[in-house]
Amino acid sequence: MTAATTDVVDPGQDTRKAGRYVYITAVVLLCAWVLVPLYFLLINTLSSPEAVNSYPKSFIPEFDLGSLTFFAGFEGILTALKNSILVAALTMVMSILIGAPAGYALSRFEFRGKELFRLLILLTRAFPLPLLALPLAVMFIRTGIDDTVFGLALVHTTLAIPFAVLITFSLFSGIPIELEEAAWTLGCNRVTAFQKVILPLVLPGITASAIFAFVISWNEVFAAAVLTIENRTLTAFLLQNLDTSPLHLKFAGGFILVVPALIFIFAVRKYLFAMWGIANR
Amino acid sequence: MNPRLLPYILILPVTLFLCLFFLYPFVLVAQQAFSNGSGFTLTNFRDVTEHWKFPISLKNTFLLALAVVPIQLALSLLMATMVTKMKKGRDLILYIWTIPLGISDLAAGIIWLAIFEQSGFLNSMMGGLGLIDSPTNFLSYQSPVMVFVAIMLAEIWRATAIMLVILVAGIGLIPKEYYEAGEVFGATPWQRFLKITLPMLRPSLQTALVLRVILAFEVFAVVQALGGTLFPVLMGETYAYQFELLNGGAAAAIALIILAISITFTLIIMRALRVPKGATI
Amino acid sequence: MAVIEIKNVAKRFGDYQALHDINLTIEDQEFMVLLGASGCGKSTLLRIICGLETASEGEVWIGGKRVDHLQPKDRGIAMVFQNYAVFPHLTVFENIGFGLRMQKMGNDEVKRRVERTAGLMHIEQLLDRYSGELSGGQRQRVAVARALAMEPDVILMDEPLSNLDALLRMEMRAELKGVLAESNTTAIYVTHDQVEAMSMADRISVMHEGKIVQAASPIEVYRNPAAEFVAGFIGNPPMNFLEATSHGGGKFSVAGHSFDGPDAANSNLQFAIRPEDMTLSEDGFPAVAKVVEPLGAHLLVTCELDGKLFRAILDSEMQVKPGQTLKLAPMPDRIRWFDPSTTLAVA
Ligand SMILES: Nc1ncnc2c1ncn2[C@@H]1O[C@H](COP(=O)(O)OP(=O)(O)OP(=O)(O)O)[C@@H](O)[C@H]1O
Ligand SMILES: [Mg+2]
Repeated sequence: MTAATTDVVDPGQDTRKAGRYVYITAVVLLCAWVLVPLYFLLINTLSSPEAVNSYPKSFIPEFDLGSLTFFAGFEGILTALKNSILVAALTMVMSILIGAPAGYALSRFEFRGKELFRLLILLTRAFPLPLLALPLAVMFIRTGIDDTVFGLALVHTTLAIPFAVLITFSLFSGIPIELEEAAWTLGCNRVTAFQKVILPLVLPGITASAIFAFVISWNEVFAAAVLTIENRTLTAFLLQNLDTSPLHLKFAGGFILVVPALIFIFAVRKYLFAMWGIANR
Repeated sequence: MNPRLLPYILILPVTLFLCLFFLYPFVLVAQQAFSNGSGFTLTNFRDVTEHWKFPISLKNTFLLALAVVPIQLALSLLMATMVTKMKKGRDLILYIWTIPLGISDLAAGIIWLAIFEQSGFLNSMMGGLGLIDSPTNFLSYQSPVMVFVAIMLAEIWRATAIMLVILVAGIGLIPKEYYEAGEVFGATPWQRFLKITLPMLRPSLQTALVLRVILAFEVFAVVQALGGTLFPVLMGETYAYQFELLNGGAAAAIALIILAISITFTLIIMRALRVPKGATI
Repeated sequence: MAVIEIKNVAKRFGDYQALHDINLTIEDQEFMVLLGASGCGKSTLLRIICGLETASEGEVWIGGKRVDHLQPKDRGIAMVFQNYAVFPHLTVFENIGFGLRMQKMGNDEVKRRVERTAGLMHIEQLLDRYSGELSGGQRQRVAVARALAMEPDVILMDEPLSNLDALLRMEMRAELKGVLAESNTTAIYVTHDQVEAMSMADRISVMHEGKIVQAASPIEVYRNPAAEFVAGFIGNPPMNFLEATSHGGGKFSVAGHSFDGPDAANSNLQFAIRPEDMTLSEDGFPAVAKVVEPLGAHLLVTCELDGKLFRAILDSEMQVKPGQTLKLAPMPDRIRWFDPSTTLAVA
């Protein structure tokens, strides 16, 4: 009996090895699934307009800046790019300035109506918000901020605020209240304790959630298209000209849309999971 | 200053902001949808639902959600469990897999347009392999199935990342002891996944599904970029009513219908995946 | 001058009453130790004195001034937190100097004070580190140094030495006591550790379920516990209890032996005696040894007597075997009596 078993090659090892190959293949395939379409966009962006419109396509970029130059020279596109950046920056600042205090309140105080407030925030997150762009368009016309960068930033802030509140809530909750209390006993008042102790500790996280707000605004299409006419953002501009604009303009525009997003996701990658971990509960 | 007031002062900005830009416009949408200038009416709803495009866009939206969400759920669960086992390169793989999180639906649509358009990479590839003689136009009214597949792939490509992030964060919150205990009691990896990961992950699954389903019913720019008017969806109809037909009342009515569908599904998901009180970690 | 007066302080958390009607005066420069089981309200009381928590009722006076409405920073208090609260984004030096910087103290003075207190706590070699690079015990010492550097009138310490090893703790105990005595600071010190309490305290306040049961000098708390709880809590092992049946006129019978008890008492009482206050004598209680534990200096014998566990500390030279019957005679002047209806001591 014992002799027989020693002769047999351990079958578990083989399956384990096979499993390992399947696993690695799957990881590689999934990475390719994400990266290859991006690579195609890159090829198109770095090709001359003629190459973009020709068939068959080369699978290696020819490093021609023709499409990008055409994009930069296209009527109105640079203004749209500028508007996109402005709206996103405004959204980022407003959502943090408005959202962070509420996140702090949720993490530090027990107060009546806290549950109701949380419900309001969650409701906002679970709501197809771009739909509200329709009545807001009317409201903005009445107040004279229609078709402005500021008006759109307000809507995008509404979109970003639930995230800002929940993320800052989890950030502040991660800082033991004793640190703040220790600062109070060492001669700080609420404000200086916040400045000297809490702020330095949450600043990286706040930056991450600010960047998240920027990306939300940068990517938003529907409200941007509804609320701007003259002052189009890049997304709204591209959407409006989808039917009429040439392919190379679309691809270059798509590329410009993607690049900041890539950088930002890279910048906040460490916080992405922490943000969602607690915000869920 | 009375310290009891402090939390209220801190949440005041968010509350005001959301009242002004969330609750108030919401009331306005409702008002606009239910009135025609003279009083309460359901004509707007009758008009939009009786329009020939309505059943098609409703069907399309549902079909798309039905095709996309389950695949994304399975894919994100698979990816999430794969990264938790990963030792080397976990950060890099996670970054790659979460890249689409920062990419707007419009950009995603454009990226997949690069693949599916007539002179695009799919045609080039098939041509290169000698499978076809001349490039076919996949995104035309003659091939509705291909249009659907293209949109579906783009959606899966783009929006799986958000579920992945939520699930990875959720798995990170499950104490390792449960797995160790499972292992000690002889549970196979598959059993551990079924008996430990899935049940413990319920809150995260809930969030991920709710968010994803809401977004699925809001699908717009991807469709616009890939199918244009070939594949009408509800959100696109809203856009069309607002801009091409200049019928605000009808746009508001569709918006409310989308909202009703979203809320219904949110409730269904929350109920199906509800976590018994006291059974949280 | 920093006398601390706590007058009728009560604290409720929702329905739960954490503190009941606390009255306590801590004299100027006194070293007061709060001793009690986990969850009895020690930290809560400390936090109320500090101003981190507001009392539901009652008043707190420090140095003859009512401070209930003052912020913590205006009370002239420094505090050492139970979980250290060392700032993670600052070095040890900056942590210790944090309070001094808030007072806008000059650089040289800050440096001098930080180095001095760091030296006292034996952490002078850690000044450039961040809290993430410290062990629990080192972090705790940073927290103590940070409070000491303030040279406050009053220092509140919540189990400041709990994470140190026995040897270091003994050393720190002595040094801390010395520093505080030298600087004329009034101190309130929370601990679980009886030895620490005994050795450091001018007075000990024993807390139980949100009340102060006894506040007295260590030896008084040890010798004359004011209540059954104190008798059963202080001492390691604590006092032995036996039922005492009253025969009137101050006569009691305890496990078959008669004793003279408090004259006035005519009801049954609890008879209490410390394990070390017993001699071996022919007319003692016959107790059957169950467990024999040699503790080096002594021999701890757990016996059964009158259906209860009864412990005795004997000379380590004694040869005792389980099952053996010992004759244990309580020293008459060390016997204490408690009234079971009030649980308080009767003289
Ligand atoms: N913020 C709070 N909300 C509700 N209950 C509380 C709160 N803080 C303390 N308690 C309760 O009050 C009681 C006393 O707590 P406290 O922290 O003062 O105990 P302690 O004596 O310091 O215990 P330990 O020795 O374990 O530190 C405990 O039962 C605790 O659960
Ligand atoms: Mg405590």
